[in-house]
Amino acid sequence: MDITKLTSRRFLLVAGLILLLLIFLATFPLHGSRSDVFVVTIILMYVILTVSWAMFSGSTGYLSLAPAAFLGVGIYTSALLYSEKWALLPLPAVIIIAGVVSFVLALLVGLVTLRLKGTYFAFFTFGLVLLISQLFVFWELHIVGRRGQHVIPVSGDTVYYVMLGITVATLLTVYFIRRSRLGLAMQSIGGNEEAAAHMGVNTTRVKILSFAISSVFMGAAGAIMATKWIYVDPVVAFNVFYSFMPVLMAVFGGMGQFYGPIIGAVIFAYTERALRLEFPYYYMLSFGIILILVILYLPGGLAGLIPRLWNRLRGPISKLWKGGEAEQHANT
Amino acid sequence: MRILEGRDVTKYFGGLAAVSHVDFHVDQGEIVGLIGPNGAGKTTLFNLISAAFPLKSGEIRFKGEKLNGLKPHQICRMGISRTFQQVKIFADMPVFQNVLVGAFFGTPARMSGSDAAREATQALEFVGLSAMSAVPAKDLTLVNQKRVEVARALATKPELLLLDELMAGLNSTEISEAMELVKKIRDTKITIFMVEHVMKAIMGICERIMVLHHGEKIAEGTPQEIAANKKVIEIYLGEETHAGS
Repeated sequence: MDITKLTSRRFLLVAGLILLLLIFLATFPLHGSRSDVFVVTIILMYVILTVSWAMFSGSTGYLSLAPAAFLGVGIYTSALLYSEKWALLPLPAVIIIAGVVSFVLALLVGLVTLRLKGTYFAFFTFGLVLLISQLFVFWELHIVGRRGQHVIPVSGDTVYYVMLGITVATLLTVYFIRRSRLGLAMQSIGGNEEAAAHMGVNTTRVKILSFAISSVFMGAAGAIMATKWIYVDPVVAFNVFYSFMPVLMAVFGGMGQFYGPIIGAVIFAYTERALRLEFPYYYMLSFGIILILVILYLPGGLAGLIPRLWNRLRGPISKLWKGGEAEQHANT
Repeated sequence: MRILEGRDVTKYFGGLAAVSHVDFHVDQGEIVGLIGPNGAGKTTLFNLISAAFPLKSGEIRFKGEKLNGLKPHQICRMGISRTFQQVKIFADMPVFQNVLVGAFFGTPARMSGSDAAREATQALEFVGLSAMSAVPAKDLTLVNQKRVEVARALATKPELLLLDELMAGLNSTEISEAMELVKKIRDTKITIFMVEHVMKAIMGICERIMVLHHGEKIAEGTPQEIAANKKVIEIYLGEETHAGS
């Protein structure tokens, strides 16, 4: 009885916070400046990359360095279908297609590579980023004869709302997958792949499917980012930086909890921006130091810190609470 | 009725025959023991049955159906489940989730969430771990981790259970408990094929014993026959007395 009361109270609190946050984000362009809206757009993009990355790599234990490949594929989907020269399709269709193209690419890559274990898989996915990038370089140099592509510009607010929509879709998908059969299968693979296979998990299928699902949102995010950057070329689109950032952000935030990668991405992306403006020459250095400290002293990331803090605070808080009640009783 | 039958089963690691031209069978409802010195090929044979290694030479049939070319998850869904010599639990997951994996994915027919949860609960109750269902598996003692493996295997609703050194590393009280558990499993009509080094256990509960040496089957029979077999004493049991004394 007490426990159900407690959980329902906690549920209401969390639901209320999420609702407030959503209202704040949905109305943000109305009160924030243009540059603020852009900053939040970038943060949302990192949330999408990090949460999708952690969904696959965090649970199965297969380190993917492919986010930049899927982001880039999304960017180039926009560049080809939503080009200044020929707008073949409306924007929503382009974004959906970018997701589908990423999904199909991930399926193909997964079929070939998910039999590889450990480091080999990481190397292959890293190579994939370079490979696709070079394919586009070749295509532009030798077939089109012109470097880079121009994408139709879209207003900052539209980019923001589309990115927010993709973020919400990503979070909902990942939340439900974590609680599904697929989520359990992925976790069992991360726990012990051999045992999982012997307990009836079709490990190859689970790995390929989850890898492909995680790539959809990265591709979609790339497609909408392209309309903000306007000019893209293979070097910009397939920047390996976008492969490493989700890893760092997820580790920073902690992968044990659903919200870990989210807070990791938000805080990391925000401080990165702030530090870069304040200390353009030292920001990477301070970043490195923060990261090393987190890995050394917070193995569960920031998310691992929250239950610890909560446990420490709960005692004094409940004491205060009871103390307050006792005082009231005394007063009456 | 023969539930499991192997013919001319052979597996080479490089030039070394880990399992060499072994014929074997397990009858429905039996407890069959597989013994032999270290490196005799016992675990390799289990790995061939459960498809951890592909079976390329010889054939194994389960209820008349050929197992060659199947994947581990397919073998499991057909009704053969196993435990591991070195425990292979899902360390970070709670005990209940460990067992739930077996119920969700390993059963012959797809189960609904509530059915799978009920199956997992029953399996945990059966091995006596109900009280620990919420504990992360890595925090359990070795004997309890082995129980998790048994519960997980039982949750897949197997007809044949392969136990790979269930008793290794346990103290004598725990061994007696494990023996009781194995008998209790047999009483639920599950056939058991077990690799074991603990002679007390193997002699006490097996109806039939097979002996492997250098990958070859050198003897087969009731515990009494095996205990009296000259070749087995020379190669295996004799060595045991020296080691034990």
